Amino acid sequence: MDDLHYFAMSWLSPELLALTALGTFLGIYVGAIPGLSVTMAVSILISFTFSWDVNYALSLMVGVYMGGVYGGSRTAILLNIPGAPSAIATALDGYPLAKKGLAGEAIGLSTVMSVVGGFVGIIVLAIAAPTVSEFAITFQPRDYMMLGVLGIMLVGSLSGSSLARGIFAGALGLLIGTVGLDPMTAEERFTFGVVELWDGINPVAVMIGMFGISEALHQLHHMDKAVVKQKISSVIPKWSDVKKYMPLSLQTSFIGVIVGALPGTGGDIAALMAYDHAKRVTKDPEVPFGEGAKEGLIAPEAANNAAVGGAYIPMLTLGIPGDAVTAVFIGALFIHGLNPGPLLLIEQPHMFWFTVGNLTLANIFVLIFGLTGIRLFAKIVECPKGILIPLIFLLSIVGAYAINNAITDIWWMLAFGVFGYFMRIYGFPVGPVILGVILSSLTDENWRRAILTERGSVSDLVINIFHSPLSTVLFSVIIFILVTQTPIWTKWLKPLISPKSA
Amino acid sequence: MSSHPSLIKTRKPGERVFCFLLVMGSIYLFWQAYKISGFSELSSPGAFPLAASATMILASCIAFINTLKLPEAEGVRFVHHCFPPIVATIMALILIYSIILESLGFILSSFAFLFISIQFLYRCRVLTTLSITLLALVVVYIVFRLVFQVVLPEGIVPEREILSSIKSLWR
Repeated sequence: MDDLHYFAMSWLSPELLALTALGTFLGIYVGAIPGLSVTMAVSILISFTFSWDVNYALSLMVGVYMGGVYGGSRTAILLNIPGAPSAIATALDGYPLAKKGLAGEAIGLSTVMSVVGGFVGIIVLAIAAPTVSEFAITFQPRDYMMLGVLGIMLVGSLSGSSLARGIFAGALGLLIGTVGLDPMTAEERFTFGVVELWDGINPVAVMIGMFGISEALHQLHHMDKAVVKQKISSVIPKWSDVKKYMPLSLQTSFIGVIVGALPGTGGDIAALMAYDHAKRVTKDPEVPFGEGAKEGLIAPEAANNAAVGGAYIPMLTLGIPGDAVTAVFIGALFIHGLNPGPLLLIEQPHMFWFTVGNLTLANIFVLIFGLTGIRLFAKIVECPKGILIPLIFLLSIVGAYAINNAITDIWWMLAFGVFGYFMRIYGFPVGPVILGVILSSLTDENWRRAILTERGSVSDLVINIFHSPLSTVLFSVIIFILVTQTPIWTKWLKPLISPKSA
Repeated sequence: MSSHPSLIKTRKPGERVFCFLLVMGSIYLFWQAYKISGFSELSSPGAFPLAASATMILASCIAFINTLKLPEAEGVRFVHHCFPPIVATIMALILIYSIILESLGFILSSFAFLFISIQFLYRCRVLTTLSITLLALVVVYIVFRLVFQVVLPEGIVPEREILSSIKSLWR
């Protein structure tokens, strides 16, 4: 009964309802406008909302997240520019549909299927998270350490051009997270004798720099791209279409939840896998894939919204982020004094049910805003970059200042912004850096706890890993990723296993 | 998350230098990590930073060696493709903005920054830029300063007095 009360909290309070609606609305536009990302928006929002009551701040940010994942599909369909990484697969068939003059229908269908996917994700979250959380209490420090390492490695290997670059970014993030006084012994780490560094580098400043400033600087390269205008009529989809594609959308929703729930993988990978699945199961599509097949539009859209619910599972139960956006979210929860992890559900069950209720509400708002206001949408998305980019810089700088009213945070943000810009230019992914910063203390503390319980003996640690089924699985997965992504595999092992393909 | 999903077959100008700098930086950080508590214990405060920086050295070395094998991309120039004047100019503008933010205050410095950068990037008539800037500034101010109650540097404009006098007008 209590759970239901917490679930309905954001539905019954007018302020929370309004903030969720506002967040979803903003999210749709942030997701849709190329150059603005949900990660960017949430990082900037953290700095502005940290003095708020946690419920208000979360309502707004949950709305932005849910709306943003959906919003990316809009520009993917209309302009062939995915507004967010999770909409890359949507553009493959969405844009051809728009070129045929079916933009309205495509938007309508993708909205409905996004919402279906969103609900599947939320239901799985509501059912699975309490179970995972109970299971997570039995986790040993070494398991947490390995989960942290696994998260960074997955992001590193999947998001970038090479594993080495991804791992570099992740390790850099881990290192940035250790700056300051050591939480266990209060020894100085990388402080260079500067007292201001005792509290460490503010993760929000790193986030805004890496996702706000560096992304906006990178956008300056594409100032001259013209905006293509599309005529859109009705966006209400045909009921027969919704009914026909429902089974596929449910299947891909489940793919989305599972991929979203894995640490290190988010909506973008879920969407690509779902697209692939749709291609395999659709025996004879009305229109070939890549030329405007509705299946190719529905599958990624259902999956990437389902991944939102999935990504909340490791985030709330283990404190492990699924991808960069959830890493930023975990940062937000920490700032509001919440400690995401297995104890969150036990100590603060209201937070969990509040979040579930909030996500559900945001999903309903996606449906409402998705099927209305298309004219206004067309106007806002056409906002020239020459105006948009200076505003991003302004908000980033003000946001960085607002965290502590300290100019030092602006310098950090700018430094990471410029560094992140060059990382992007030279093909280093920036997502793992944020993941590393967020996971740093968790991995560090659990490593030390793990090694202390073994009285400093590495061999005992390794032996004990194989005494626990969970640790064994985690350890094997880490080794598997490491081996399959490195030259050891491509040069020597793969030819041994399949000599023909070599 | 990366904006370069395709595999890099050629190297960009400056990529080798960038990777080399990363190697050097990682070695410096490794040395700094060593200074925390040396190679004393696996559970010491320095152990984790040492592991992280060692990983950085290894990963950046691999990235650097890979760039040695790659041929340079043809027709790509550093000044044009990696660090174009537009980026350098905007970086300089942001830097100046951050410096003057605290002393001049949010309103004046942001006005100057928005006006100059929109004029530079959007290139329209001065009057149009001026109205866009003013509109944007008013919206940002209302949303963040008045609604979100974010503390912004006041500088030389006596904001609080102006605000309180406006409030007293309403009474």
